Amino acid sequence: MHLETFLAQAFIYLLAAVVSVPVAKRLGMGSVLGYLIAGALIGPFVLGFIGKEGQDVMHFAEFGVVMMLFLVGLELQPKLLWRLRGPVMGMGGAQVLGTGAVIALVGWLMQYPGKQAIAAGLILAMSSTAIALQTLAEKGLMKTSAGQASFAILLFQDLAVIPLLAVLPLLSSHVGAAVPHAEHGSGHSLAEGLPGWQQALLTFGAVALIVGGGRYLIRPIFRYIARTQLREMFTATALLLVMGTALLMQSVGLSAALGTFLAGVVLAESEFRHELESDLEPFKGLLLGIFFIAVGASIDFGLVGSQPMDIALWIAGMILLKGIVLFAVARFSGLCLPESLLMACALSQGGEFCFVLFSVAQSGGALPPELSSKLTAVVALSMAVTPILLLIYEKMLLPRLQKRENEREPDAIPESDNPVLIAGYGRFGHIVGRLLAVNRINATVLDLDSEQVDFLRRMGMKLFYGDASRLDLLHSAGASRAKLFILAIDDEEKSLKIIETVRHNFPHLTILARASGRIHAYEMVRRGAHYIYRETLGSSLDLGKEALRLMGIPAHEAHRAAKKFREFDERSIRNMADVWFEHKDGDAYVNAARDQIAEMEKLFAVDAEVRESPSDEAWDTESLRNEALEEEGKQ
Amino acid sequence: MKRILVLFAHPRLRRSRIQRALADSVRGVEGVTFHDLYEAYPDFHIDVAHEQKLLTEHDIIVCQHPFYWYSTPAILKQWEDLVLEHGWAYGKDGTALRDKCWMHVMSTGGSAEAYCCSGQNRYTIRQLLAPLEQTAMLCGMTFLPPLVVHSSFRVGDLELHNHARQYRTLLESLRDGRLDPAELAAAECLNLEL
Repeated sequence: MHLETFLAQAFIYLLAAVVSVPVAKRLGMGSVLGYLIAGALIGPFVLGFIGKEGQDVMHFAEFGVVMMLFLVGLELQPKLLWRLRGPVMGMGGAQVLGTGAVIALVGWLMQYPGKQAIAAGLILAMSSTAIALQTLAEKGLMKTSAGQASFAILLFQDLAVIPLLAVLPLLSSHVGAAVPHAEHGSGHSLAEGLPGWQQALLTFGAVALIVGGGRYLIRPIFRYIARTQLREMFTATALLLVMGTALLMQSVGLSAALGTFLAGVVLAESEFRHELESDLEPFKGLLLGIFFIAVGASIDFGLVGSQPMDIALWIAGMILLKGIVLFAVARFSGLCLPESLLMACALSQGGEFCFVLFSVAQSGGALPPELSSKLTAVVALSMAVTPILLLIYEKMLLPRLQKRENEREPDAIPESDNPVLIAGYGRFGHIVGRLLAVNRINATVLDLDSEQVDFLRRMGMKLFYGDASRLDLLHSAGASRAKLFILAIDDEEKSLKIIETVRHNFPHLTILARASGRIHAYEMVRRGAHYIYRETLGSSLDLGKEALRLMGIPAHEAHRAAKKFREFDERSIRNMADVWFEHKDGDAYVNAARDQIAEMEKLFAVDAEVRESPSDEAWDTESLRNEALEEEGKQ
Repeated sequence: MKRILVLFAHPRLRRSRIQRALADSVRGVEGVTFHDLYEAYPDFHIDVAHEQKLLTEHDIIVCQHPFYWYSTPAILKQWEDLVLEHGWAYGKDGTALRDKCWMHVMSTGGSAEAYCCSGQNRYTIRQLLAPLEQTAMLCGMTFLPPLVVHSSFRVGDLELHNHARQYRTLLESLRDGRLDPAELAAAECLNLEL
C-alpha cells in the first residue's frame, strides 16, 4: 500500500471513529455499537470509502483481540484462574455443547444435512470475546457474577477453537476432500503435516516456553529495559512480547489470543503489571475499534438486501437459541434472574472466531459456500445486535426486574415506642444506629435494600424492609410517637421528598439528614431539615486534622482548627442556601462563595500568623507582655 | 533510682519561649517520662486508666505549666477531676498515690515581688497553690515547693538557660536521691534553695 493510500485509509477510519463513537456514547449506546455503525457507513455497501482492504485491515485488527486477552490475563492472577477452572470447564462446556446441539437440531429440522447442521451449530456456539468483554467492561459489569461467568465461558470457547479446527474437516460431506491448514490470519502452521505425537510435543513446548519464559526470561529483560528509563523502549518491548507470543502460538497452530492470555497470566504477578497495562491499553482500544469498524464494513448488505426477512429471522433465531441455552446454563449455575438475563444478552452473538471457522469449514467441505456466506452475514449482524440487546436489558428489563424485586411487601412493624426512626441502614445509617444501640437508645429502622435487610437480620439486628417515603409505613413505624427522624438513605431525590413528607405530617419530629454534598445540603435547608450532615465532611476533617498534626501543628491546635473550620462551613451552608436558590450558578452565587472563602481565610489568617509570629489570643500574651514592659518602664 | 513523671500542659507551646526551654531541658532525661497532655488529649478525652497506670509507675509527679489565672491550664484541672478518683487516689481505699511526691514547675508573668501580701497579687505563690497542695495532701502525697520562673516576659536568654539547667539538675537530684523531699517540703519555693 502506498503511503498516500495508507494515510487516506487511516484518515477515513479515524474520522469515522471520532465522529460516530462520541455520538453513540451520547445516545447511551456504548462505543462498540458506534464503531460498528461507523464501519457499516464507510463500508462498501453504504459510502464505499473502504472496499476489499477491509479484509486485510480485519486481519491486522484481530491483533486487538489478542492484546485484549493479554490484558485480561494480566488482570488474572494464577490463583484466581485456578479458582475459575470449575466455571470454565463446567459452564463453558455446557454452553458450547448445548448450543451446538440445539442449533444442530434446528438445522436438521430445517432439512439441512446432519453434518452441516452439526458444523454450523458448533461454530455458532462461539461468542464474540471482543464485543462481550468490551461492552461489559465499559458498563462496569466485569466484576459481577454475570461478568465473571461470561468471562469463563469465553475462555472455554477460545480453548474450544483448537479442537474445533481439527473436528470441522471430519464433518466434510464429500469424503476425501483436501484438508486445508488452519487458516487463522495468514500464519502457516509448523505443526501441519507432522504426526500427532510431534504436534502434541510442539504444542506443549510452546506453552512451556511461554510459562517458563514469562517467569525466568521476560522479567529480567523488562528489568533491564526499565533501567534504560526510555519509556518508548518499554512500550516497544511490551508490543514485541505480545506479537512474539502470538506468532509462536500461531506457528504451532494454537490460538494466538489464548497464547497471549497465558503470557498475561504468567506476568500478572510481576512488578511490571501496571506499566504493561497502561502501555498497551491505548493500542488495544484503538485496534479493537478498528476491528469493530472492519466487522461493520464487512457486513454484506448486498446479501442482506436480497433476502432481508430471511436474514433477520436467522439472526433472531440464532440469538434466541443461544440466549436460551446461555440463560439455562446461568440459572443452572446458580446465577440470579437478572444476572442470568444479562449473561444471555451479552454472549448471544456470534464470535470473531466464527469467521475463521466458517472459512475452514467451507474450504474443508463441511459447509456449502452459500450457507457459509449467509451465516457470516448473520454472525456479523448479530454482533451489532448485542449492544442494542444490552441497552434494552439495561433500560427496560433491569428496571422492571428491580421493580419486581421491590414489590416485596413491606414488613409488618410491631407497635413500638422507639424514640428514634432511622431510614436507610447502609454504610452511613448503620453506624448511627449502632452508636445509638450501644447507648441503649432504641431505634426503628427501615431499609429498602432487601438483601441488606436479610443479611443484617441474620446478624441479629432489628430492621424492617420498607420504603420510608410511604406515609402509611411512617405511621406504622411509629413516627407520630418518635422524637428523632434520622434520614440516611442514598437516593438524593427521595431523601428530599421524605423531608417534605415528614415535615408536613409529623412536624414534631426533629430531622437529622445525611446530605451527599453541598448542593444537596442547600436543598435540605430549604425543605427544613433541622440538622444536616454532609456524608464525607466529618471524615475529611478527621483526615485533614491528622494531616495538620503530621505537618507539625500540635494536636490540640489541629483539633481546634478542624472544629473551627466545621463551624464556619456549616454556618456558610445555611447562609449560602438562599443565594443558591436565587441565582443558581450565576455570578452572584460565585461571588458569595468567594466572599465566604475570603472570610474563612481571614478567620484562619490569625492562626497562621501565630505560627509565624506572635499575636493576640486568650492564651497568648502579647498585650500582657506589652503592658508588663510598659509598667516596668514607668517604675 | 526514682522515676519522675512530668505532666506537661501548655495549649500554645509554640508561643512559649519559657515553657519550651524548660521542657526541652528535661525531655529525654533518664528516668523522666515527659507527658504532653494537650498533645495526648486534644479533645480533652482523657484516658483515665492509662493515666492511673502512668502514676502508679512513677514516684514523683511534676506538673509543668504556665500559671494561668492563679491556677493550672484547663486540661490539668480536667485531668485532676477524672484521674484522681475516689477509692483510688483518696478515700478509705484510695492509697494508690500514697508517699509519692507532687510538685509544680511554673512560669508567671509577674515578678517574684508581686507575689506577697503587699504586692499586686496579694498572696504568695505557695498560698495560691493551696488547693493543689491540699489535693496532694488528701492523696497522701508529699507536696514539694514549686519551681517558678517569674517575670517570664523579661527573662533574658542567659537567665532562661540557667532556669532550664536548674530544672534539669533538680529532677536529676530527686531521681538519684541526692535531695530528700522531706527536707525540701517547708521551703517557699525551690529556686531559692538551689
